[in-house]
Amino acid sequence: MPTVEIDGQKLEVADGLTVIQAADSIGIEIPHYCWHPGLSISGNCRMCLVEIEKSPKLQIACNTRCTEGMVVHTKSEKTQIAQKAVLEFLLINHPIDCPVCDQAGECKLQEYYMDYDRQRSRMPLEAKVHKKKAIPIGPYVMLDQERCVLCARCTRFLDEVTHTSELGIYQRGDHSEIALAPNKTLDNAYSANVVDICPVGALTNREFRFQARVWYLERTESVCGGCANGCNIEVYHREGRIYRFQPRANPDVNQYWMCDAGRHSGMALQGEGRLMQPLVRGADRFAPAEWGAAAGEAARALRDAGRTPGAVGIVVSARATNEEVFLARRLGAHLGATVTAVSWSPPGATGDDFLIKADKNPNTQGLVRQGLALDGVDALLAAAAAGTLQALVILRSDLTAWCDATVVHAALERVPYVLVLDADQHEAAQFANVILPIGAYTESDGTFTNFAGRVQRLRQAVAPPGEARPGWVVLDELVASVAATPAFGSASAVFDALAADGGGFAGLSYDVIGAQGRVAPTA
Amino acid sequence: MAERLLLRCRDIPGLRQIDTYLQHGGYEACRKAIASHTPEHLIDMVKASNLRGRGGAGFPTGMKWSFLPKQTEKPVYLCVNADESEPGTFKDREIMEDDPHQLLEGIIITSFAIRCHTAYIYIRGEMETGYDRLWVAVREAYAKGFLGKNIFGSGFDLDVIVHRGAGAYICGEETGLIESLEGKRAYPRIKPPFPAVQGLFQCPTIVNNVETLACVPHIVLRGADWFRGIGPEKSPGPKLFCVSGHVVKPGTYELPMGTPLREIIYDHAGGIPNGRKLKGVIPGGASMPIFTPDEIDVPMDMDSVQKAGSFLGSAGVIVMDDSVCMVGAMLLLSQFFHHESCGQCTPCREGTGWLNKVLTRLEYGGASPADADLLLNIAGNMMGNTICALADAAAMPVRAFVTKYRAEFEQHAALGRCPLRSAAQEPRAHAHG
Repeated sequence: MPTVEIDGQKLEVADGLTVIQAADSIGIEIPHYCWHPGLSISGNCRMCLVEIEKSPKLQIACNTRCTEGMVVHTKSEKTQIAQKAVLEFLLINHPIDCPVCDQAGECKLQEYYMDYDRQRSRMPLEAKVHKKKAIPIGPYVMLDQERCVLCARCTRFLDEVTHTSELGIYQRGDHSEIALAPNKTLDNAYSANVVDICPVGALTNREFRFQARVWYLERTESVCGGCANGCNIEVYHREGRIYRFQPRANPDVNQYWMCDAGRHSGMALQGEGRLMQPLVRGADRFAPAEWGAAAGEAARALRDAGRTPGAVGIVVSARATNEEVFLARRLGAHLGATVTAVSWSPPGATGDDFLIKADKNPNTQGLVRQGLALDGVDALLAAAAAGTLQALVILRSDLTAWCDATVVHAALERVPYVLVLDADQHEAAQFANVILPIGAYTESDGTFTNFAGRVQRLRQAVAPPGEARPGWVVLDELVASVAATPAFGSASAVFDALAADGGGFAGLSYDVIGAQGRVAPTA
Repeated sequence: MAERLLLRCRDIPGLRQIDTYLQHGGYEACRKAIASHTPEHLIDMVKASNLRGRGGAGFPTGMKWSFLPKQTEKPVYLCVNADESEPGTFKDREIMEDDPHQLLEGIIITSFAIRCHTAYIYIRGEMETGYDRLWVAVREAYAKGFLGKNIFGSGFDLDVIVHRGAGAYICGEETGLIESLEGKRAYPRIKPPFPAVQGLFQCPTIVNNVETLACVPHIVLRGADWFRGIGPEKSPGPKLFCVSGHVVKPGTYELPMGTPLREIIYDHAGGIPNGRKLKGVIPGGASMPIFTPDEIDVPMDMDSVQKAGSFLGSAGVIVMDDSVCMVGAMLLLSQFFHHESCGQCTPCREGTGWLNKVLTRLEYGGASPADADLLLNIAGNMMGNTICALADAAAMPVRAFVTKYRAEFEQHAALGRCPLRSAAQEPRAHAHG
């Protein structure tokens, strides 16, 4: 545990820590391009040169390990001269096309220029080296060689993380360029991560580019719902529209990365199939209804059916949050209902040995840890087909997608009252008496429990579309109405009740879960 | 020096053939080293000889060897740096082409000393003759039992592989060489770790220059004291000086370390031809600072040249007479470094091209009076700020040229072109590779 001094501050650091990490731990940012905590140390950009006493030359902070008594100056004159020089070198052949560059606003050349350089260019415009621009190199990634600072983050990611090596550095000197290897396309399942780690506008996302200036976007911390891994993300949004997902660092879940499918799944949540208002079955078609009327009718119908024990069935899916599942269980308890769960993934769904899980549901473990069986739907459908079910509640689950559709049809036809709570229109909903539209997971507070039992928070990034409401709100009010008890009123209070309920969530709360999630104690 | 050792091939025809080499005492040093010395003793002997690397950096060879881990389960590798590509340098080439067994003997002794069983000779790709002759020599040595299994019945095994580079100056940087040998782009590695700890294939590795290794058999035969007695004690030994440019007799000269530069130019190389005068001389290959005519009374050994403000480097002595335009000469050097910068580190990647552009406009028009200072500023911003020494190699000559011949740079800027060149001449298109 050596003690070092950085800009006059003494601190004790862990063995093996580098100067850049030690400085970061006390809030001193040493500027850098090539260093990335998730990649090997390359040391090529030279932006992190700092003055270290007793060292004849400036040293790169990224590859210099702290030693006892080391004295580092990150803002000394020598350091500042080097920082300014490196930035000038990086910019002499840069096209300075910020006005049409999608990276503007989150570009390390722009930021560091303002922080460390601020001088007029000494390179005549016509003398700059030109390279290729706007080259599509894969389904999601666009390359601009002129904007590249050759930091080799992208190539290291593809060499070290995905082991696919689609990109390489070709040519030499100031003609060096990032380019695809012969006969390759940047189409691995994690390709778009290179856009996140590119510190400049050389790699941009083809889905996101030119959609919005980043300074207009708000960010909300959340979790990807694309599979059971639960990669931590930031949702970028503006005026109710989601523009992109980006991974949020979590060493225990996704490190710094996420898969392309998950990254681009957020935009699909805003598709055309969304349910926008409560619907009530009329004589020959569904008719829009007032929330109060539709929800009130649903509560009455469920109460009536609940008078006969075992006459109500509830199907909860692994796309529902822990809070929604808990409230559905509450509802079931008041109605003497059979509550069962489904965790369905499309046929052929596959995973890998990295982040992608074959289970395409974000909360299968949440169902399991609330004690729900994942194999009860067939029995429930059989009961329905036998005519013993008076009412059925279907939460976030298109039964026809994974059960034999003719069996589902036959069964649902025999249930007198079907309530569907979902974000999307689907086939099973045609049997509903009432459809209540609820928000997707980006539109609601709550928690998912990932494959490893880690409970992670979702934060509402945008409001549900139209008249749709967050699922926990709808269920909270439904339970209150059916049971004539006060509503919880917040997702956090629902979770506290879940934690107090025993089982796999004991000791947890939103505060305890925090930004990085917590593994639930096994029940 | 009356007796030539490193260049014995000049006195003995056919020395590159193993039978001739054996008739002249060949492989005796090798036999002696393996039969009557321990590896530790050999390292101590080379340490005591004060042999310093002949590739350019002048690092003490024995000390480099002693940086190898004492205990390791990994194989130890020897890489012979035969990527001789410093402009003005052509000494290793002659050893490889005309006395390859001298090098092999050095390799065998060194490998025995550092407990290496696989040695690679990384030879510059353009040196086809050297490559062919090295392989012939390696096969001859295998046939005689000097390479392969159980050399001289000692139980010591050694394989030697000759590997051709694919044409890049940066492959002569020792970690660039290692990367290239591993089949990768020759980006020099960040240090630490140094190759002695983590080199080729992540194993302990020693990288030595051809001429350095060629000295080793002579040290074994004649002793460390003998070697240390040639030239200055801290930087001793026989040395090959490559003299090129405006001299009567350009070529490689084997002279004691510390021979004065003036003597090398005027006595050995015959002085400046055509009645012209000396204008400048680069003492150690293209990357070393130039000396003016009044700076040449310097003993050509590592410490003395450094004290005089330059470096012995590869001992490539490039002589320029008073017909030379110093801006044009510097432009030529800058083209080389621009072409050869690997592009890994920002200051070198961008700085070498920038220097080249400024020098081009000084030579061909479009320069400003501030360009001399701009050159110094760019060079200063490159120096010492990169992974390897290529940025320094590109920047040091600029500093020396501009400082020592400043009037010429200012004259170019004022005139708008080179005074020795007609205005009609356009810059040559510069090839990039």
